[in-house]
Amino acid sequence: MLANLDLSRFLFGRLTLDAIPYYDPILVVTFIVVAIGGIGLLSAITYYRWWGYLWHEWFTTVDHKKIGIMYMILAIVMLLRGFADAILMRTQQAIAFNGSEGFLPAHHYDQIFTAHGVIMIFFVAMPLITGIMNYVVPLQIGARDVSFPFLNNFSFWMTAGGAILIMASLFIGEFARTGWLAFPPLSGADYSPGVGVDYYIWGLQVAGVGTLLSGVNLLVTIVKMRAPGMSMMRMPIFTWSALCTNVLIVASFPVLTAVLVLLGLDRYVGTHFFTNDMGGNSMMYFNLIWIWGHPEVYILILPLFGVFSEVTSTFSGKRLFGYTSMVYALVVITILAYLVWLHHFFTMGNGASVNSFFGITTMIISIPTGVKIFNWLLTMYEGRIRFELPMMWTIAFIVTFTIGGMTGVLLAVPPVDFTVHNSLFLVAHFHNVIIGGVLFGAFAAINYWFPKAFGFKLNEFWGKVSFWTWVSGFYLAFMPLYLLGLMGVTRRLREFDDPSLQIWFVIAAAGAGLIAIGIGALLMQIYVSIRDREALADTTGDPWNGRTLEWATTSPPPHYNFAFSPMVRDIDAFTDMKRAGFSRPEKGFRSIHMPRNTGAGVILAGLSTLCGFALVWYIWWLAAVSFVGLIGYAIYHTFDYDRDYYITADEVAKTERKAASMLGAKG
Amino acid sequence: MRLPRFLLLTPLLLLLGGCGDLVVLFPNGDIAARQRDMLLIATGLMLLIIIPVLVMTFVFAWRYRASNKASNYRADWDHSTKVELAIWAAPLLIIILLGAVTWVGTHLLDPYRPLDSITTSAEVDTDQEPLVVEVVALNWKWMFVYPEYGIATVNELAAPVNRPIRFELTAESVMNAFYVPTLAGMIYAMPGMETKLHAVVNKAGVYDGFASHYNGAGFSNMRFKFHGQSPEEFDAWVSKVRESGDTLDRDTYLDLAQPSQADPVRYFGAIDPMLYTRIVGMCVAEGKLCMQEIHHIDAGHAEPPTDISLDQLTYDHSIIDGFGYGGGHGEDAQGATAPASDRAPRSDSTREGAGPQDGEGSIAPPQLNRTE
Repeated sequence: MLANLDLSRFLFGRLTLDAIPYYDPILVVTFIVVAIGGIGLLSAITYYRWWGYLWHEWFTTVDHKKIGIMYMILAIVMLLRGFADAILMRTQQAIAFNGSEGFLPAHHYDQIFTAHGVIMIFFVAMPLITGIMNYVVPLQIGARDVSFPFLNNFSFWMTAGGAILIMASLFIGEFARTGWLAFPPLSGADYSPGVGVDYYIWGLQVAGVGTLLSGVNLLVTIVKMRAPGMSMMRMPIFTWSALCTNVLIVASFPVLTAVLVLLGLDRYVGTHFFTNDMGGNSMMYFNLIWIWGHPEVYILILPLFGVFSEVTSTFSGKRLFGYTSMVYALVVITILAYLVWLHHFFTMGNGASVNSFFGITTMIISIPTGVKIFNWLLTMYEGRIRFELPMMWTIAFIVTFTIGGMTGVLLAVPPVDFTVHNSLFLVAHFHNVIIGGVLFGAFAAINYWFPKAFGFKLNEFWGKVSFWTWVSGFYLAFMPLYLLGLMGVTRRLREFDDPSLQIWFVIAAAGAGLIAIGIGALLMQIYVSIRDREALADTTGDPWNGRTLEWATTSPPPHYNFAFSPMVRDIDAFTDMKRAGFSRPEKGFRSIHMPRNTGAGVILAGLSTLCGFALVWYIWWLAAVSFVGLIGYAIYHTFDYDRDYYITADEVAKTERKAASMLGAKG
Repeated sequence: MRLPRFLLLTPLLLLLGGCGDLVVLFPNGDIAARQRDMLLIATGLMLLIIIPVLVMTFVFAWRYRASNKASNYRADWDHSTKVELAIWAAPLLIIILLGAVTWVGTHLLDPYRPLDSITTSAEVDTDQEPLVVEVVALNWKWMFVYPEYGIATVNELAAPVNRPIRFELTAESVMNAFYVPTLAGMIYAMPGMETKLHAVVNKAGVYDGFASHYNGAGFSNMRFKFHGQSPEEFDAWVSKVRESGDTLDRDTYLDLAQPSQADPVRYFGAIDPMLYTRIVGMCVAEGKLCMQEIHHIDAGHAEPPTDISLDQLTYDHSIIDGFGYGGGHGEDAQGATAPASDRAPRSDSTREGAGPQDGEGSIAPPQLNRTE
């Protein structure tokens, strides 16, 4: 009997049947729904024999466009999960009054708010911006792919692997109950001995590798692969914002990796970096995690600043006002992003001079940000503004983000922060800037570049339904939280004494309900658009009268993006080409050198995810095997010399003729 | 520094006053009121630029809509040195102002700085010592020690109005934050460390206080009432607490520190005067080396003991994870990797007259632990 026990412990570590949360009806129902949906999806793929297509055309692809689309799909799927968490929290807080405990015990509720934060930041917002940058940057700079196409595929699958680990924690074991930054000592082995924090650590470590490599990749792409004539100061502003973002990624994600390694060492081998024991100090973790965490919020918002710049200029039919100002503003924000991290813990007892220094550097960031807002307004000034969906999202952004920016500067004043830190005022502030900035920006980007990616526009009716419900839902859900914060209500509370607060939580829950309709309308918009794709088709490649190079090629672009590298003479390269009477080249095509698809990314990321899972559950043999496999396969992959091929000149000519005839049919 | 209230905001405040108890905007303690003033000043300064931006957004969006052919259209207008100077200068000026206010305000409202006035009009009476309250964040309850009166309470705090209070705060195991919104902004309470907060309450009443940094399962119920009282009421309250026969000593503390939720108010009529220093030093349990002693050694003021053991340096043991799944399960598995380090059983230690009782100041004498 005892030998048996030891064997199962060897084989499965601390993973036993108890780890399945069958006692929690919410999770059981979720699991059943997910299982039915999953089985349905897998059987459909099998029935229609799509496996081969998916594997060869998508999973193994090194095409930046397809990888960008896969990032967006990952982000939308994870948005559903993260939003389900939000609905549960809003419901719990709306009913847990007058002695009612609500429907979520602390053990479950505390996992939910942790998972909500982790998922929304790492697996919704990050894939959204990475996806948009991946898709758009090479097209905007006139390149045929990113610098390291295989690495791009690997990065995506690492991000997806991290997401899989986080999702696995829902049904196998538990997730962290520590808040999204897992502050020790609470997240240490003594106070969180379960698997939750380990899922957190390994999920983020696996995804973090993906993010870092993708950052390196895009950085090199922007620096090295621009079309001839595109000097730095002729780069489209979105590409500039992507450059700044990737500088931030490359310089800050290693800090996250390091701090999670230290926390992991504390938990796995009994070191004492952040414990109370043996000279450890948890304040160090606060500093380190925010040295990553503050640049992270600029990583999220900068690309969307780029999106808004492109959208405003395109739909106002005007050159972007103050391009040089915009570039300097981006660079100033990039640098200052490293000098403000301490404003996340003014209340830790730092001296007044330290607090004021970090408070004032934080306020200084509002100067370049304000300049950007003025520049967008001045781009609209004396323009011809077409209120298509991307422009509507941009207006909603300017208004919402300005309010969020104001409350952000309030929080940067240390004496004010003392009174609203950790309160719902803070929660309202960061949702105000992340929803109002990152999500609204992502929706603008999706509506703007969707026709480029798929060759047809998105349905406008459902787009507008989504827009109005999202925007009004946001205000309804988060304005009450500002008030509650001023009433001294803190975040992460599970139940309340004071019945007068309830009405505000009910209003916030109603707002979340409206946002749910907004998400539903977004999915409906995509479905209806696919159904009506013939009617919505864009055959010109330039549905919005665009200004930058991505609109110079067909929609969707051919695998090689551009048959000839365009020559760039102006910031708005495509407007310049159109004015100069640009016409599609019809002959003189040459064969094009392209990277070949590879399954190595899927395999390496799969092994990493498996290794992470084994480490979470202390299945040491599996961790060792998958780690050795990982290293071994990576080395094996370096001997794969069959990595490229040529698209022949004939084939290019054929593709280009087809595009030309489509244009002819339309015009 | 006295800054004028922003009269413009008064109607807005009155409007907001209608919707519940906005304690952050209408506090009854001078420090919180000054922090509120900072909030209003900063808001006012920013509205100088925020309002024009919002107006411009709507006006431009409307006037330059594509269907309005009457408006000017300059497709290539993308630069104007004057305009760009203005859009950099305007936010810069506001931030210079706000930065100056912030620098001064942060120093004046530094939680470590003793008060020099108790209301806008009243200076602090220099003869009157501030009321010292030693605050310990336990899982999941608050312990308050009044060294001046030799008493302690759990989950109830009281102070006389208009007497400056000096809070000295620490925590037993995880990070916490102490917040009484009507009194002053929050400050973290951290294990093995001490933070300070100076404040004063100006109006008698019963106010909410709570933990404002998430600290585990009992977080929602880690609340207490703060009683702002007239000096007579406060004296009566002290006598009431003194009547309790319970003594807060090291043994009682170690029992009290066991995780529990929604604890009732408790009074202790007598205290071990060295207890709080030991809690900060994480050496209440027998045989632990105090943090103060470690710092003393690290600073080169004392020789490290030759017979030091790992057990003397390990403190993290109270399992707060034992709710729902993950408690016993993880604990069980954790033994395989984390260093095993058990707290000495409490029942077998008798501590009468254990530590020296003369601990003045915050640094404990190095021999604090050596008498065991």
